[in-house]
Amino acid sequence: MKTPFPMLITIAWRNLWRNHRRSLIMLAAIAVGLWGMIWMTALMRGMVDQMIDDAINTLSGHIQIHAEGYLDDPSIEHTIPDVTHNPQLDKLLESQQVTAWSQRIRVPAVIRSERDVYGITLVGIDPQREKGLSFIADSVAEGQYLESVDDRHVLLGRKLVEQLETKLERRIVIMSQDPDNNIAERGFRIGGIYDTDLQATETGYVFAGIETVRTMLQMGSGVSEISLLGHDYRHVDGLAARVRAAAGDAETKTWLQLDPYMASMLDVMDGFIVIWFGIIFLSLSFGLINTLLMAVFERTREIGLIQALGMPPGNILFMVLIESLIMLVIGLVAGNLLSWLTILPIQDGIDISGIAEGLEWAGMSSTLLPAVKTSDVLLANAVVLVLGVAASLFPAWRASRKVPVEAITRIWQ
Amino acid sequence: MTSTATTLAWRNIWRHPRRTILTIAAMVFADTLLVFMLGLQFGQYRMMIDNSLRIFTGQMQVQASGYYDEPHMYRSIPAADRLAQAIRDNAELDAVSPRAYGFALVSSDTRTIGAQVSGVDPQHEPRVSTIPGLIKQGRYLGSRTDNEIVVGSILARNLKISPGDELTLLGNGRDGSIAATVAPVVGIFESGTRDIDRQMLSMPIDTFRDVFSMGDQAHSIIIGGDREQADRIANGTNTALHENDDLVLLSWEALLPGLKQAIQADFASAWFMYAVLIVLVAFGMLNTMLMSVLERTHEFGILLALGVRHGKLGRMIITESAVLALTGMLIGMLTGGLVIWYFLVNGFTYPGMEEMGERFNIPSMLYPEVSIRSLLPGPLAVFIATILASLYPIWHLRKLRPIEALQTV
Repeated sequence: MKTPFPMLITIAWRNLWRNHRRSLIMLAAIAVGLWGMIWMTALMRGMVDQMIDDAINTLSGHIQIHAEGYLDDPSIEHTIPDVTHNPQLDKLLESQQVTAWSQRIRVPAVIRSERDVYGITLVGIDPQREKGLSFIADSVAEGQYLESVDDRHVLLGRKLVEQLETKLERRIVIMSQDPDNNIAERGFRIGGIYDTDLQATETGYVFAGIETVRTMLQMGSGVSEISLLGHDYRHVDGLAARVRAAAGDAETKTWLQLDPYMASMLDVMDGFIVIWFGIIFLSLSFGLINTLLMAVFERTREIGLIQALGMPPGNILFMVLIESLIMLVIGLVAGNLLSWLTILPIQDGIDISGIAEGLEWAGMSSTLLPAVKTSDVLLANAVVLVLGVAASLFPAWRASRKVPVEAITRIWQ
Repeated sequence: MTSTATTLAWRNIWRHPRRTILTIAAMVFADTLLVFMLGLQFGQYRMMIDNSLRIFTGQMQVQASGYYDEPHMYRSIPAADRLAQAIRDNAELDAVSPRAYGFALVSSDTRTIGAQVSGVDPQHEPRVSTIPGLIKQGRYLGSRTDNEIVVGSILARNLKISPGDELTLLGNGRDGSIAATVAPVVGIFESGTRDIDRQMLSMPIDTFRDVFSMGDQAHSIIIGGDREQADRIANGTNTALHENDDLVLLSWEALLPGLKQAIQADFASAWFMYAVLIVLVAFGMLNTMLMSVLERTHEFGILLALGVRHGKLGRMIITESAVLALTGMLIGMLTGGLVIWYFLVNGFTYPGMEEMGERFNIPSMLYPEVSIRSLLPGPLAVFIATILASLYPIWHLRKLRPIEALQTV
């Protein structure tokens, strides 16, 4: 005799609520477990996304082209020709595959005010092209952004301005080395002051128009680097290969190659998430197996009875599995709801600037944006559901193996 | 009476061996994981701190007040050598060394780069910094008065120099005058910390003072020594400082606030994970104890009818959960201890660790810390959480009436 499937579901459902306290506790455990998975993953992902965003924003871009040797020795000696000399590369950069690109001159320099002197990196930029590519266009808090490639002003970071004890519109002197190893020196007015999350950026970079820097250093039309953005930071290798083919002798590197720390962060994060899911699931499974074992145990007599009445063992196994499945599904729905409700209020980011210096140490900024990825949520749900049913196989199997006569005659314990 | 209660509790626990074992297993799993994670974290923090401080910073520093926030050359320590000696005497510590810092344009034959110049005492510097021992070419500085330079490895590469070449330094002295000198490079050091290797060169402190018009002054007195003895050393140093309000003693936490905060942030986020884990284990315990109470309703009815008070029943349940939780905790600490002991001997690493380690000044092999603070807090937190979880079944028991209880089968 075969028990109809709807009846099995009804029995399982009623069984589940016979001891509602126990079931509710288990449901709560599943919900909290899932919440822990989703929350922690969202925060971790948000953190890494932010770090990568900052890194890409701070001049790296997705792909960079340099002269051979520039990365080891970032000096004026290592330059590549202006992109206008390479029509093939120019065409690629202007194509749909690239969302933004720009050329820069980037050289070590020394900045001097009346009060103090510091070592910096002088970056000559094309102000229009730089918009949408790096942070600088959106970060000017005081004064103005550069207007053209031969703008006579420079942009300084807030912290550097403080250290130099100078202010907007005051003059500073920048010194660097020209291609003939003479010291090139020029006075500038501070046209704008920029703010960023990372102090090292504010003290490290001074921005000027690219033509202004060329004139100052008495160099030709060369550039130190070309930086570009594709569509997705995770998939840059295809574009990098095409850029490499077009760029010829120059060295083409993706941000992952330029920053091995970030790249390893991504890997470590993926590994961490899997381990974290595993840990949560394991601690859940103890409770789940226990609950089902108890449920089966206290029903020994009636399981024996329905078996004696003709229900096949396979159906009993199925019945227990359905009970577990219903519990898992309700727990997961509650857990997803709980995650959604707790992430909603912090969608715009959590301000964690109280530990800004510690975050800077790890290359992070002081707002944490949780990043809920559909794939992570699905994985979390799948892990609990699939492994949960798998873990219930043991109690279900035990239930189906009871010998009717012995089971019925057993009273309690 | 107490022994009867304990015996009873022990027997009650083992009425359902499978359930009990599963409950204990959950606790042991959580305990082991917590002990392992905490041991690893503390080991990692210790390494991060030690390795970061050892390179250049030292355990603490004496500076002119305000120098840390705005490091201007004129904010210096007068009679620095005498003060350093006073600190050595008062704190009974050899690892005390004065340093002076300046900024200069450094030129080789082909290159000019702005760099940080530090004036150091070659005799005492090796006791507060590992840089003197990390010379990869040539040798370290000789005496306090020699006119010579050691250069960071990346800076040396960018300047295209090797030992024997001469460098020209051009900067500003403490009084605003021009500071200029020519000196030979005698060695190249590689600290492993990018910023130091890229930006720094060192020269003997008396030579530095001549060049930068520093007189007998310095910008910082670096104090090394054992971190465990930090309080004693700080006391001794303060005695040496007591008559001078212009000077401040900065601990490593103040010198590298980023390091401390990074550790705190890591610790806080880790405890969030641990909390989720502990709550899950507590749910398991709650379920077990609730079941064990509910299935004994009839039995409790008899006990109540025989005149046993509710309070005594409650104490029996709490004894049961305490015995259960304690068993879990002891086994958990044992297995956790074994796990970290294994990794203490063999080291622990994971893929990607090398790149991460470079950033935080830790080697690519981690050794967990085996101590009370790594062994106890995790299992103790699980113990407390599980005991708290068993309060609900007891509260449930409170409402039990003998007649009704006797009627349930």
